[in-house]
Parts: sequence; C-alpha cells; structure tokens
Amino acid sequence: MITPKPAHLQPRYDVVVVGGGPAGLAAAVGARESGAERVLVIDREPEAGGILQQCIHPGFGLHHFGEELTGPEYAQRAIEQTLEQDVDVLSSAYVLDVAGDRRLKVTSRDHGVAFLDAGAVVLAMGARERTRGAIRIPGERPAGVMTAGFAQKLVNLGGMLPGRRAVILGSGDIGLIMARRLVLEGVEVEGVYELMPHANGLNRNLVQCLHDYDIPLHLSTTVVHIDGRERVEKVTVAPVDEAYRPNMAQARDIPCDTLLVSIGLIPDNELAHRLGLRLDPVTTGPVVTSTMETTRDGVFACGNVVHIHDLVDYVSQESLLAGRGAGAYAIGTPTPPDNVRLTPGENVRYCVPPTITTDREHTVYMRVTKPMAPCTLRLGDVYNRPLRYVFPGEMVTLKVRPRFLEGFHGGSLPVSIVPREEGGSA
Amino acid sequence: MSDERQEPDRVDLDANVSHYLCIGCPLGCRLEVEEEEGEIVEIRGQSCKKGEVFARQEHTDPRRVVTTTVAVEGGLWPRLPVKTAGDVPKDAVVDVCRLLHGLRLDAPVSIGQVIAADVLGTGVDVVASRDLPRR
Repeated sequence: MITPKPAHLQPRYDVVVVGGGPAGLAAAVGARESGAERVLVIDREPEAGGILQQCIHPGFGLHHFGEELTGPEYAQRAIEQTLEQDVDVLSSAYVLDVAGDRRLKVTSRDHGVAFLDAGAVVLAMGARERTRGAIRIPGERPAGVMTAGFAQKLVNLGGMLPGRRAVILGSGDIGLIMARRLVLEGVEVEGVYELMPHANGLNRNLVQCLHDYDIPLHLSTTVVHIDGRERVEKVTVAPVDEAYRPNMAQARDIPCDTLLVSIGLIPDNELAHRLGLRLDPVTTGPVVTSTMETTRDGVFACGNVVHIHDLVDYVSQESLLAGRGAGAYAIGTPTPPDNVRLTPGENVRYCVPPTITTDREHTVYMRVTKPMAPCTLRLGDVYNRPLRYVFPGEMVTLKVRPRFLEGFHGGSLPVSIVPREEGGSA
Repeated sequence: MSDERQEPDRVDLDANVSHYLCIGCPLGCRLEVEEEEGEIVEIRGQSCKKGEVFARQEHTDPRRVVTTTVAVEGGLWPRLPVKTAGDVPKDAVVDVCRLLHGLRLDAPVSIGQVIAADVLGTGVDVVASRDLPRR
C-alpha cells in the first residue's frame, strides 16, 4: 500500500529510521511508544514493506500476529500499524550519509537532497544477497546469472520471467521457494545444487517446493563453471569431497539459460561503516547493547542489519525494542547500562544482544554451529534449559528473566549448548 | 554425514508402506504409513504427535495453500499477489495457477478481495494478498 507522502520535510526529527521494511516499520512504532513525537521512516522503494512485498508465499506472522500470513499481508499490517502511530514515511528516498552528530544527508524523488537532524537514528536497512562474485564461480560473465531474491522480485513484482530453463545453486529457503515459483510460472527447473552435505532450507520447503514438483536436490555438489557469451548457455556441476574440493572427473554439463544463486545474506552495512560503528566479526553487523544501541551514542540498529534472522516475526520484536530505545534516547529518558556480558561457549556462534542487564527481562537470540539433539542450553551455572534439538538454520531464542540472575551481580556469563543423554536430567 | 531429507516423500519399498518427511520442525522425522486393505494400520518414525497428524493428512488427503500472482492493468506493480483462502487438494495446485494465469484485473484491488470464487470447485476462494493502488 502507498503511504501518504509527507508534504514537507522537517529540519529535525526525534527519531529517523533508515529502511522501511519490517524492521524499520516496527522500530518507528517502538519510538512512538516510548514518547518520541516526530518520527520519520526513510525507504528507497516506492512503497514500504521491504522484501516482504516480493515474498508472496505464506509462513509469516505466526508469532507476531498469531496467524499465518503471506509476506504482502504481513507488510500491509506492519505499514498500517506504523501509520496509526502518526509516523511519516518518505518513500523513493535514500540516505547518502549519516554524520556522527546524527545529521543525515538524504536524497528523494520528492524533495531532492536535504539534510535532517535526528535525536536518534535507527539503522534498519536489512541485508543483501551474496552474489556469484562472493563464491567466485569461474567462467564467462553472460546475462542470466542472478540471485534468487532478485529473480523473486522480477517474477512476483515485475511480472517477468528470468529465463526458460534454470539451475539453482544453494538450498536455502529463498532458493527452494524460487524453485517452486519458477515451475508454477512455466520455467523448467533442472535441479537444486548444494555444496554442503545437508539441505539448508526448512523441511516444509523441501517437501512443498521440491518433492511436490519432483525437483531433484543434489547435495555435496556445486557449480564449477558458467558458459555463454551473451546469455548463459550451460553450467558445469561437480560433486565435492569432504574439504569441498570439486571432483572434476565427475563433472557434467547442464544446458540452461539461467543460474539462480541462493547462497546467503550479509548485513547491509554501508552506513555502519560510514559511522565507524564497531562490527561483530561473526554476525558482520554492528555490536549492540540490550536496547539495540550501537557503539555510537544515539545510533540504534535492528533486523537483518544486525544479524540474519530466519523469521520476520523476530525481526519485528527486536525492532520494537530498538525503536523504544531510540525514542527513549531522543527524549532523554535514561537507560541503565548493561552489566552482564554473554560470552558464546560450546556450540554457540553468537548472542544478540551480547550484553544485558539483571534488572529486567531480555530476549536473547543465538545461533549454533552444529546440529545437536537432545541438548541443554546453559547460562553459566545460573540457569539450564533442556532443548529437544538445535540446528544451525534455526535461531535459538531465550527469554532471560531477572530471577535467573538472582545472586549474579554482573560480569561475564558463558552461554553454551551441550549434548544431553536421553532420559538424563537437564 | 549424509542427509536423507533429499529422498522423495514417497518411496514404494514395500507396496503397503508410504514414506513422508515430517515438516513439523527441523528434526525432519522420516515417517512411515503402513496400510492394509486401504486402512492405515500403523504410523511410525515420528517423535511427537505432530508427525502422526501430518503423516495421516499427507497420506489420506494432502492439501496445500496456493500462492501466485495475477496480471493487473494500471496498478503500482503489474502483478497482484493472491492466495487460496484455505488449503486445496495438492493435485489441484497446478490447475489453480493455470486458471489464475489467464485472468486480467484492473487496479485498484483491495486486500481480501475475491479474485476467483470457489476455485475449480474446491470450495475455496482465491483472494488478494494486498491492496494494489492505481499507479
């Protein structure tokens, strides 16, 4: 849905949110909830909603809205909730720069180049897809090689097909969903190829996107060459060994005109770099506090800018928190500093936020390195929780309640996920 | 480590046993439904109740929600995302999409607007997934 255009831009806002996807929309609501009066969302697309607008499949909203929605339905609800809060949304606009004093340089279709001052800034630009260049597939550089998400935008918003016969590299959910989408639009999908020995997407997508349409999934196999002068003519695939080295003796050519790559997302951090924010080497997003504030005062971040989420519902919840933090900062409400550091231990890649307080409840998101079932999540020696399973593709969430930390007065708390014997006590 | 999830959901190793991959959670239990004279006699392989419910449904009446897009004239985008308001038989999915591909709508369209009532006699309506204003 089209949001009403702000008639004129104000020179100063309490909170400016960069990005109008699910993260930015929820952050704007959070900022209003905590008392910020003037809140502006800046978005580069002609309408807000972000990548949800092209994710036409169901599976969104079960946690946040309590019912299963398609991406566009989730987006529309999020936009409506934001507009109800008297938030201005500036579409077809782009933030060129943010200075350390939170002065933003913005260019937009309706207002040209403008400078805005913000009491607090929320970075909610989301993520970008890794491209062919990120994994350096050898070969020529013809048309017809694109990311799965870009193909999704072409098909679902633009009404254009990327080609007639496609190969998909990567078994993440976007790749699986696009395999089904292309088949339903009349494109032949030769197969999905996955470097790892296991599929990366949800079981639901393996069943409903691949098995339902008899699309083969080739594990431990990758694309080793792309051929074609103007347009892709064929790709070469080969099985890989345990060290992911292709076995060229078993390579085979696949005639096709399209190669979709679905090989992961990386936080969009151009503005974080410009601001000189400290980034986490694991998530590659900004380091944040328990109110989602970055290492620069008054600059907050949320959603896929901080770490890649698997459910938009968690993005909305995390972003409400970031918005509340930004609103509180802008109007001068003090926030107690974090006094507990969560340090990733066995089978924990990272925790977001990495620091919390002992005085209130926190939702901590973490990702594991390897599958484990059954297992126990340990918070130092103060709290244990049995888990049926953990998988690298599924974020683990833990509500840390103040009572867990009674008798713990700050400092470092290791977080680990360790195997549990069946029938044993947690 | 080999991943068994890539196998098709039905492999007729034994004519009376059908195989399914559970979609309830990341564990992906390999489910087996054993049938005798058209009646389910045993469901195996699940580690929770969800698996049993899923296997029974997939075996007797597999159903899917269909999402696709329909062509629109004069809208902000040339395509409108639509969905079946409930699930339809799995075998009807491709035909539902084929039927919808033949439609041409005019903007504006409102979220929830019925695009195709009782599609292919399934008793399920196809509805718009969003508002699509005029360009």
